[in-house]
Amino acid sequence: MADEKKFAGYVCTGCGLGERLDAGQLETTATRDGKMQSCKQHEMLCSAEGVQMIKDDIANDGVTHVMIAACSRRAKVEAFNLTDVALTRANLREGVIWVRPDTDENRETTQEMADDYIRMACAELKSMSKPAASAEQSLNKNILVVGGGITGMTAAIEAAAAGYPVHLVEKNGALGGALGGYYKVIPTRSPYDAPAENPVPGMVEAIEASDNITVHLNSTIAKTDGAPGRFSVEVATESGSGETLSIGAIVQASGWKLFDAGKLPEFAYGKTPDVVTNHELEALAVAANGGPIKRPSDGKEVKSVCFIQNAGQCSDKEGHLSYFSGVTDLVSIKQAMYFKELNGECDTTILFDNLRTPGAGGEDFYRAGQQAMVTFSKGIASEVVPGDSLTVKFEDKILNEETEMACDLVVLATGMEPNSGPDPYAQLMVDEAEDEEEKAKAKAALENAPPSILNLQYRQGTDLPHLKNGFTDSHFICFPYETRRTGIYSAGPVRRPMDAQQARDDATGAALKAIQAAENAGLGRAAHPRSGDLSFPSFRKEGCTQCKRCTVECPFGAINEDEEGYPMYNESRCRRCGTCMGACPVRVISFENYSVETVNQQIKNCEIPEEWDEKPRILVLACENDAYPALDQAAQAGVEINPWARVIPVRCLGSVSLSWVTDALNNGYDGIVMMGCRRDDDYQCHFVRGSAMAAERMSKVGDTLDTLNLEPERVILHEVAITDVERAPQLINDMAETVEKIGLSPFKF
Amino acid sequence: MSDLNTAMIEKYRSSFLKEVEANVEEGEWVKMCMQCGVCSGSCPLGKHWDHPPQEIFMMIRANKRDEVLSTDSMWMCTSCYNCISRCPRGLPITHIMHGLAVYSKRLGLTQKQQPTAQFSQIFWDNLMKKGRVNELKLGLSIYFKDGFGQGVKNAMANQKLGQNMMKAKRMNAMEFFSGHSVKDLSGFQKMVKKAQEIEAGNIKDFK
Repeated sequence: MADEKKFAGYVCTGCGLGERLDAGQLETTATRDGKMQSCKQHEMLCSAEGVQMIKDDIANDGVTHVMIAACSRRAKVEAFNLTDVALTRANLREGVIWVRPDTDENRETTQEMADDYIRMACAELKSMSKPAASAEQSLNKNILVVGGGITGMTAAIEAAAAGYPVHLVEKNGALGGALGGYYKVIPTRSPYDAPAENPVPGMVEAIEASDNITVHLNSTIAKTDGAPGRFSVEVATESGSGETLSIGAIVQASGWKLFDAGKLPEFAYGKTPDVVTNHELEALAVAANGGPIKRPSDGKEVKSVCFIQNAGQCSDKEGHLSYFSGVTDLVSIKQAMYFKELNGECDTTILFDNLRTPGAGGEDFYRAGQQAMVTFSKGIASEVVPGDSLTVKFEDKILNEETEMACDLVVLATGMEPNSGPDPYAQLMVDEAEDEEEKAKAKAALENAPPSILNLQYRQGTDLPHLKNGFTDSHFICFPYETRRTGIYSAGPVRRPMDAQQARDDATGAALKAIQAAENAGLGRAAHPRSGDLSFPSFRKEGCTQCKRCTVECPFGAINEDEEGYPMYNESRCRRCGTCMGACPVRVISFENYSVETVNQQIKNCEIPEEWDEKPRILVLACENDAYPALDQAAQAGVEINPWARVIPVRCLGSVSLSWVTDALNNGYDGIVMMGCRRDDDYQCHFVRGSAMAAERMSKVGDTLDTLNLEPERVILHEVAITDVERAPQLINDMAETVEKIGLSPFKF
Repeated sequence: MSDLNTAMIEKYRSSFLKEVEANVEEGEWVKMCMQCGVCSGSCPLGKHWDHPPQEIFMMIRANKRDEVLSTDSMWMCTSCYNCISRCPRGLPITHIMHGLAVYSKRLGLTQKQQPTAQFSQIFWDNLMKKGRVNELKLGLSIYFKDGFGQGVKNAMANQKLGQNMMKAKRMNAMEFFSGHSVKDLSGFQKMVKKAQEIEAGNIKDFK
């Protein structure tokens, strides 16, 4: 294709567009104001025939830039999937005719809206170019799995079975992890009525037999450099020798640590060997070797056992885990059934407060435990008194009384803690702490940081960021397998507490995501949520002031710094959210098809009517992930939107440049509404911190308004969820009311 | 305390749950209760019970033998079946309540003045005489259960009702003397006796 640019516009007249709007005028607007070299109409542009018309123009007339004026950019995506050109869409259906009433007196303003959207789309197109991959990396099919427990082994087996070579790194001398030493596991198949055989030995055999899996025992990761598709990983062995691997994507399955039961003095842990944790009981069951389980203190056969659920977890006490590990009730049922199996008429009591048995077979397994005469008592244990026979004091929650029971052995159901590396944002947490208590907590976390697992050579730290309680999750609803480092997936109990079967499912998912990441990297494509996006950020070096805001604020740690302090983008680590673009104070960062300029041009090319026309203009910057779809849905539901609004979708509110706001106000817009996602602890921002960054940056917008002598109400930032179908249009209409109250902007010239 | 009660205490010293499982009708369901409390919440008379069903199940598991067998809670059940139809675990709670009541009565632990228990005994004795319920005698037995004076008072209070029933031929004064019977009375009595033997045998022989 020649370097020459050729712009073509296409106006669809289907879906009622032709009846509601003057298509001839739209065409004129596109060619006269929008400077499209050609503009065609079609009665149903998304039909095979309509799309063929565009494709023919691209093939025969050398069209390089296409403006489609039809439905929302979220509709008919497959039909308009034109990868050879720069593409933009003017939203006339959901954006205009569906949100305006079909009456004669509204015809004029509806047409004005449509004309504006065409002008804006054309202006955007003018400053866009076709995105192309950087070819920074090629396809690298090697998958690195860190951790040789059930999760890591599953990930390795699954990836290898899909035809991807795997390097499995385990810090111990054998595979198997925590589960390797267990007697039996929670059943995974119907009828879920008895503990099942431990799958670990079979999996170890399968790994040893596989040609596609290389196992590195007694090894750790000394250094991880690069990006998906071109990770360079140094594996260090205990003996000191090392090896450098070239890796496409990484699965971190570093597992879990047992909660320190020494923090539970009330349960006499450590005072008598007859109080053990769930984890330690497995060893007793294995040691029993098919005979009855014997208690550690004197080797006496256990005749009565008491399980104390939620020992040190689900608790707001200092030093306890605030969360529930999710699996310990199932584990206790399983272990209670060990006693029914091995110790005959053993009295087995489970003291629970909230018995939770998640999973397909959870409820059936609970019933099986009851059938086997395991006694489930709703009670909260307060103390274990050591002695020849242990006394468990507890509050019976049904009979409302303080009571006690005697038993030979006490088992504590303690929680799982993630075995993750240090949180890259630990320092940030200290800096951002809102009060002294929070600060002290953050400081303690920073000082007691665990050793690094991945040793990433990233600007933003050595390991995966934590979400809550040290787990390396990202967003469990929107993208359960993603972490906040592209191409590195955490799986198993390091991501959230889970049992063996959940860990296997998790590992399978993570293995597939890792494969996808390696493939995407090979093609230069983005991962979720902008899957398939080929654009990536670049910067104008001569304009850069080395302020480091982009490298610090990237939610995915994608940007490193070179020796001089200039940003170094890593295409395949990037999610294409544009948070760096919004951060840059000198506006040198841009994508091929999304830049400060593309949005600025849209803002400037919307017609601002003269003051005496009494037609205000409201700029809406809507996040394309939640707010924009919410507006689309509102349009489908026929919710009206004020005719003064002009909506521009942005990749993330984090990409919003303060200059857009300033320029819009200078251009005479009367109000600005920004819609991003929820940004608190339960954030819904697809790019994690984008929405929060935007809020932080926009807090400074007051100064701009001050200098312009404008009312602060003119600029507002909202958190909008994808379900806010009624609310999102209302927020726009509210701004229209505000503008009516405070009057039009004096900046219209 | 009856001998049977002493024997049972001896046999199931450690676990009242096992005893209930062995000797109470539908008792094997007790262990399946998951303590959700829907039964207690559904019982229309629940607030008049000392221990609603959920609590009774918990007391059984907590080895509170005497409290369970001597409470009059299970006698309060009116068999409305709300609990059965709502129990998420499908426990036949109404039947378990009756089973517990029967077991308590059998062991001689039922409170002497429990009205439902008294009524049940009078009804049973009445039925056993002729194989059919003699309503006149049943009524009189209930009137006079607390002594002659109270009986006369009860009878006088219901005098009008009795006369109307006779007028409408719903009650026959002649029933007082002998009363109607099943055709094969001795056969009926033998059958019941055998059934009682079997039942008693089940309790003794259960392992």
